[in-house]
Amino acid sequence: MKKYDKLVKNAAGRMVPTEINGEEQIPYMGVGKYIPTGHKFAPRISSCANYPADGNKTIGNLKEALIKAGLKDGMTISTHHHFRNGDLIANQIFDIASELGVKNLRWFPSASFPCHEPLIKYLEDGTINRIEGSMNGGLGKFCSQGKMQGVGVLRSHGGRYQAIQDGEVQIDIAVIAAPTADPFGNATGDRGPAACGLLGFALGDSQYADKVIVVTDNLVPFPCIPWQIHGNYVDYVVVVDKVGLPEKIVSGTTQVTKSPDRLLIAEMTAQFCDEAGIVKDGFSYQAGSGGTSLSIGIYFSEILKSRGWKARFIRAGSNKYPVQMLEEGLVDYILDGQTFDLEGVRSMRENEGHVNTSPFTSYNYHGKGNFASMVDVVILGATEVDVNFNANVVSHSDGYLLHGIGGWQNCLFSKCTILPIPLFRDRIPVVKDEVTTLCGPGELIDVIVTERGIAINPRRTDLIEKMKNSSLPMVTIEELKVEAEKICGVPAKPRFSDEVVAVVKWVDGTVIDSIRKVIEE
Amino acid sequence: MEKIATAGNKGKRVRSDCFVSLSLTTSGGLDIRLESKVKTLYGKDIEQLALDVLEFFDIKNAVLSIDDSGALSYVLVARIEAAIKMLMATTKNYLLDVIPENRFETKKDQNRFSRLYLPGNTPSLMINAGLHRPNGLILDLEDAVAFDKKHEARFMVRNALRSLNFYSAEKMVRINQVPKGLEDLDFIVPHGVNLILVPKCESAGQINLVNDKIDKLHAELKISRQIWLMPIIESALGVIKSFEIASAADNVVALAIGLEDYTADLGVKRTAAGTESFFARTQVVNAAKAAGIQAIDSVFSDVGDMEGLKQNVLTSKSLGFDGMGCIHPRQIKVIHDNFAPDATEIDKAKKIVNAFMIATEQGLGVVSLGTKMIDAPVVKRAQKTINLAISLGLINPSWREEMLAELA
Repeated sequence: MKKYDKLVKNAAGRMVPTEINGEEQIPYMGVGKYIPTGHKFAPRISSCANYPADGNKTIGNLKEALIKAGLKDGMTISTHHHFRNGDLIANQIFDIASELGVKNLRWFPSASFPCHEPLIKYLEDGTINRIEGSMNGGLGKFCSQGKMQGVGVLRSHGGRYQAIQDGEVQIDIAVIAAPTADPFGNATGDRGPAACGLLGFALGDSQYADKVIVVTDNLVPFPCIPWQIHGNYVDYVVVVDKVGLPEKIVSGTTQVTKSPDRLLIAEMTAQFCDEAGIVKDGFSYQAGSGGTSLSIGIYFSEILKSRGWKARFIRAGSNKYPVQMLEEGLVDYILDGQTFDLEGVRSMRENEGHVNTSPFTSYNYHGKGNFASMVDVVILGATEVDVNFNANVVSHSDGYLLHGIGGWQNCLFSKCTILPIPLFRDRIPVVKDEVTTLCGPGELIDVIVTERGIAINPRRTDLIEKMKNSSLPMVTIEELKVEAEKICGVPAKPRFSDEVVAVVKWVDGTVIDSIRKVIEE
Repeated sequence: MEKIATAGNKGKRVRSDCFVSLSLTTSGGLDIRLESKVKTLYGKDIEQLALDVLEFFDIKNAVLSIDDSGALSYVLVARIEAAIKMLMATTKNYLLDVIPENRFETKKDQNRFSRLYLPGNTPSLMINAGLHRPNGLILDLEDAVAFDKKHEARFMVRNALRSLNFYSAEKMVRINQVPKGLEDLDFIVPHGVNLILVPKCESAGQINLVNDKIDKLHAELKISRQIWLMPIIESALGVIKSFEIASAADNVVALAIGLEDYTADLGVKRTAAGTESFFARTQVVNAAKAAGIQAIDSVFSDVGDMEGLKQNVLTSKSLGFDGMGCIHPRQIKVIHDNFAPDATEIDKAKKIVNAFMIATEQGLGVVSLGTKMIDAPVVKRAQKTINLAISLGLINPSWREEMLAELA
């Protein structure tokens, strides 16, 4: 089987394969242009007659569960990333697969972390054929060097749900590590020694996978309340000593940035949102967990407090700062997709207004609408932005894979998308002629805030008009690029071979860009 | 074994800097070995630049290793030149063009609320410093530079004066204590410095030595640029001699006080209340005002305590200081906001200046506000407050028309 074939130029002008890992692909057609028809994918029919009437689905160990689930060559195995860098289960799955001599698996995580680097040996020996999910650090380098047997596929959180729902990815075995579960398979993330908040990223896996295994280190008698994952989807429950490393799952404390440069960017962003009339009574926003985003949230809360306003909801990645706003009555709801610190986990247990969400509610392309487009303003990061406002989040300027997409692509659909970024990082220009990898089309990106000036997308004439008399340094994106090159010099482009090592999917499942093998010096 | 010279910094936490090691050889040509995190983007540029510098100094054979963490060009060449000059004597200097943004001079009585200290050998802290809009940026060659780094720091400061965008902040350098600090002047006087801080100053003689050296350099280079001096009083003797120092020369524009060294000199602890330094602070203010120049307070060292800083600024202002030093960009706004005249002060100044103008317009010899007579120095101070408020954008230049319209 060829890794990929039949490259064509897509609507963004990028060359992409129309066949990857033996499967047909649709090239990116433009925002909102691809409208598939037909029916959603449906998992196999199950019958409760096949399951123990007493509801006890516990089984000796993970190996036994995987064997019973029918683990064999070429299967798709999914995991979630709510344990982040404290995950102890994904590696065990492939240890077992290797021990059983199983080959050619597709790993379909909702994200990978540095703790998964031991899997490189299984990518090398063919136990794992490819990763379809984010690839960071060592895994990203391995893929960028062209060493992975299959072509990697990068999807957004929403795109992952889309791929599950329309059958683009059919999961054979979903392994759901759970901080607390009962013998029936009901599971929750908001309590237990490895509490991570919620399990939303595993929701689709539980509903659509052929076999579902819940792994926990905190088995409680039926019923496990709340049941974030329903036992009715679960085949087997495995109890282990330790499901994750708590200190790497959530941090005890989240700190805002102390970097004066980042604070400056945060301050400028908040001032922009205020002057543009985006911050108002009843508004909504989403800000990530990075230091700059956290600081922007704090500035927002100061504005709300000083004017006696209240936000309607915050889409999060939650941590202690949104929680504080919720508890001080500065916001009605936190719609939470993943929890970053212990305060977030506590609040999710205790506060009615702290609601757990999933990529289905927030991001899914096959939903009848989703939350992302209803958010007033979203604050995101990027590794690169170009003069057409296109942005890159997955690769470094030297061409190596660096980050996953996360919910980034999905969030671009908010009413106003702002990227607060430094103009350059250690001589690496962030604003440049053309992004190395296209992840987000410029038409969805409204404002770039850098320490040396703010550029508004010319499409947003409304924002340009509102900021006409601002004291903030308003510039064009070309001026930012010129300024970056004046300080850093004009960067050379990384050298790539023609070989495609991974592709980036757009939120609708079409292929927006290809990632090529890096030619190393 | 060839002698190896090194300059710069490397390591996991080092950013925007580089570490170079150089040995001059007798054969083999120029061998440049580059390790860089930006090698893909700028590897060729860096190698070419390094070759240019070596060739400029007529070096034909050398091994130059560069361990780069994203240093900008002016940092790279400062490090290479520092290493070269440890190995050979030369009068040549490898100078990059002065960027157009830095070709400005400053005024004697310009606003000096804040001046931000930057270690002279740490380029990563310099790059964005001007964006935080301090009134002055100090490249420090004295206490913030380790003894064994003094040599390389001079090249860094020199190149920063030419190539680092100060974003209109006054370009300041703190030299080492005179007489040692006189050697620093070669690296800053010809390169656009606006103001020199003279630390641990204890006599007018030290100021004269600095000015003599500036004049000599200007004469040699046939240039004449205005360079201001800000002596720092940091000892009991300095406090006693403060008026002599403040009035030592026309280009002394401000007198600063450094309380860490002063309290050490007294053998007392520096406290938040500052009772121990009350005499010194008021003495420095008094000497400065007597000489007609600005008085500048010491830094507030707890960068996390913004409320403490605010109180400190308010105290400084009430004692007569015109500004203070800062060691973190986040302190700048607090300093500006609290040194700036507040609404009551502006309001009062407007009334006084207005009364003065009415008196002038009506040809009256005496200015009065209500039943009170107003003396000339009071008018002068009020006018200064108004000018400051205009320059800070707190009031319109046409404030009087607005005021009269409102009254009518």
